[in-house]
Amino acid sequence: MRDLSLSGSEWTLDDLLAIEQACARHASGYALDTFPNQMEVITSEQMLDGYVSGGLPVNYGHWSFGKHFLIENAKYRSGENSLAYEIVINTNPCIAYLMEDNSLAMQALVIPHACIGHNSFSKGNYLFRQWTQPEAILDYMLFARNYVTECEERYGIDRVERTLDALHALRDQGLDKYKRPSKLDTRKERAEQAKRLLAAQETMRQAEYYSLVPHPAEAAKADAVFPLNPEENLLYFIEKHAPKLEPWQRELARIVRKIAQYFYPQRQTQVMNEGWATFWHHRLINDMYDAGQIDQGILLECLHSHTNVIRQREYSGVNPYALGFAAWNEIKRVCEKPTAEDREYLPDIAGKDWLETFHDTMQNYRDESFLLQFLTPRLVRDFKMMNIQTREGLDHWVVSDTAGTESFKSIRSQLSAAYRLEASMPEISVVRYARDTDRKLVLHHQSYDGKMLMATQAQQTLKHLRSLWGFDVSLESVDQSGMTLKSY
Amino acid sequence: MTSVIVDRRSQNGKSTGNRQRVLKRLNGALKAQVDKLVARHKLQDTDKGAEVTIERKDATEPRLILEPASGASGRIIPGNDKYRVGDKISNSASQAQGRGSGQGAGDGDSDEEDTFRFVLSREEYLSLLFDELELPALVKKDLLEIDESKFRRGGVVRYGNPGNVCVVRTFKASIGRRIAAEAQREEALEAAAAAVAVARGIGTPALVQAAELELKELGDRTGEIPFLDPIDLRHRSLVEVQSPCTAAVMFCLMDVSSSMDENRKDLAKRFFMLLYLFLTRKYKKVDLVFIRHTDEAQEVDEDTFFNGTQAGSTKVRSALAKMKEIIDSRYPASHYNIFGAQASDGDSFGGDPTESSEFLLSQLLPAARYFVYAEVGDRPMQGSTSLWTAYRTIDSDHFNMAAVSARNEVYPVLAKLFQKEP
Repeated sequence: MRDLSLSGSEWTLDDLLAIEQACARHASGYALDTFPNQMEVITSEQMLDGYVSGGLPVNYGHWSFGKHFLIENAKYRSGENSLAYEIVINTNPCIAYLMEDNSLAMQALVIPHACIGHNSFSKGNYLFRQWTQPEAILDYMLFARNYVTECEERYGIDRVERTLDALHALRDQGLDKYKRPSKLDTRKERAEQAKRLLAAQETMRQAEYYSLVPHPAEAAKADAVFPLNPEENLLYFIEKHAPKLEPWQRELARIVRKIAQYFYPQRQTQVMNEGWATFWHHRLINDMYDAGQIDQGILLECLHSHTNVIRQREYSGVNPYALGFAAWNEIKRVCEKPTAEDREYLPDIAGKDWLETFHDTMQNYRDESFLLQFLTPRLVRDFKMMNIQTREGLDHWVVSDTAGTESFKSIRSQLSAAYRLEASMPEISVVRYARDTDRKLVLHHQSYDGKMLMATQAQQTLKHLRSLWGFDVSLESVDQSGMTLKSY
Repeated sequence: MTSVIVDRRSQNGKSTGNRQRVLKRLNGALKAQVDKLVARHKLQDTDKGAEVTIERKDATEPRLILEPASGASGRIIPGNDKYRVGDKISNSASQAQGRGSGQGAGDGDSDEEDTFRFVLSREEYLSLLFDELELPALVKKDLLEIDESKFRRGGVVRYGNPGNVCVVRTFKASIGRRIAAEAQREEALEAAAAAVAVARGIGTPALVQAAELELKELGDRTGEIPFLDPIDLRHRSLVEVQSPCTAAVMFCLMDVSSSMDENRKDLAKRFFMLLYLFLTRKYKKVDLVFIRHTDEAQEVDEDTFFNGTQAGSTKVRSALAKMKEIIDSRYPASHYNIFGAQASDGDSFGGDPTESSEFLLSQLLPAARYFVYAEVGDRPMQGSTSLWTAYRTIDSDHFNMAAVSARNEVYPVLAKLFQKEP
């Protein structure tokens, strides 16, 4: 590695590689374990492509991606939104997209942020480890794109588009939340796909013969409730049980839910992940400055951007960067210089080795549990948090807690609950499939705190669902006692 | 494995396929937008891209999401230093504050705007415009293509791009050169052989030796004539062709009396638009002159032309006279290709139709390259109006007329003109 000594704002590709290597060397002092990096310098248009496909470099064709591109592009061109400086995705090697417009200082900021921070997080965190396969995802996307193209050639672009429209509407309901999903393996996937297609054809042939004769075993359990336990993965249920879907449509359902599953950990670790990456870029930039690898000008420009990123506006939504960065810094402080209050609320980590605590925390928590476990009273005070409540029919919010010792626990649980997946993604499950009568499908939305579904969206989604299912589908919101609150 | 860096900057255009898909999907909504644009756009803007606004419901992607107003909700708001426990905050105030980064993960489509805007490229805009006008495919292609300067085959030249080598002509040149070189060599050999004989006759050994040496040298050079020499190379050439006269002026004449309603004006505008596009394809510079008339003609700007109204009866001749006047003062026929396009509902009274027709034939058509009349209006009236009857008598290659009552009838008025394209 060449001796690094950077200044000014222009950069070359070699500079970027040198920054990455300098950061990696400093990072090894903190025992940060990363995938090898693949940094890609891209244009603004390519950044927009990245937005549209969640950063994945390969995706199948669909109009909705085109629509999101148009929307993002218009926002960017009109100056309403500026573009991200980087996108990083959890693949192995870890692909990080760096904008060509970034100045040298910006690159010096985003490289440790993405290539060390996010990279080590997605390699270490249990959700990513359990639910995604960074080695396989790119192959799988290629497989998906080719399969969709093949379907379009065989069954027509319009039919494929209609099927994907319907599947996309149910994308959020295509997740295994509790059961670990099977591993992605493109070669196996292809072999099994062929087997599944053959089997499906065979079943359809047999079904024609036997359609008139009730199967003795089937007839016996005609009254049995199916499925035995509610199924949370609606797309999986459709793939396996939809009576009228053609085999290729089942395969598309599989593809859509596999891709949705890939993004599942990211949605649950926003605060932790961004905070972690921000903490480390801050640390590593200072290390590079101390080692004389970047000059004061770069350091100041980096710190300027850094403070913009972690700015928390008052009376506004919580900025995940600000909250995450503060939370990690608090953990470090509690480890190194715990106060009596910290010892009371966080006895497990007070006075422990901070780096060890960091790694353990990064590996084993997600936003909800992270905040519940590590939010400190001091952070709540520093952020001047208040807890406000409202309910349907009320035209105002009521302040129920303001930052203070007595209110700490209630603010903590409210904040942590906001990062539960159910707070933004309704819990839908299949409770009944009338296999032997009218083939109607009954879905329940588990309602908490009296929350309902948005009616217009629900009705349109149901229309899509009926087109997939082929028979009637009903959807009801039920409360925790099982009582129906509303049907759509 | 170590880290690597890849420069992807040259690999743009990944979104093109999906852009086509979404445009196809939005076709209906886009057509409605194009109608609005036609009304709003200036003729000169026809040849550019256009910004369109699409309502989100035209491209809806429903999801199952929670209704924020339902049930009980709690939120954590940072930065509070004015509210105390028990204080009430009105909904509108809290909503305004809640915008921004949003709490929790994932933001649904719900809280986004109702519309989104984007820019249609020139090709996309014109394709949509042409769709309704039902242009023949060849004409459509001709109008869509941008051809900065025209090239014509210019025979064969010695120097040029290796890609343009003309093989047949190169070999012809090679054969010719070899025959000539061969003949020359043979002549020289014969001469040298004769010189040797002469030298021997004289008998001086030095002379014989010199002559024999020359003969031998000439003999050694056999086979040195190359099969292909750089001077044989011939290239096909293209020469840029300047059209003899590259400036044109287009006169838009329209009756703006009250009988010309919005629909008729819309048809007229499309008619002018198409002619303008066609002219910009053929001529480097196209000037536009707008003349509106009731019983009196006025030269006006485009806005007034399409949007202004004026009360009065109709005198077509006044507009034609105005056109003649402007040609004489500003657009000499020797410097400009003059095109006239007239749109009217055909109402005209008294001696005006006949006078107009005569004036057109005797005064305008000799100077103009082409004059085209579109009668816009409802079907039953068309083809029997006084102006129509009078114009029918004009017999000229430079004149055409047609009745237009729907958008797909605009093109046939101009069809003859388009066909003239070589």
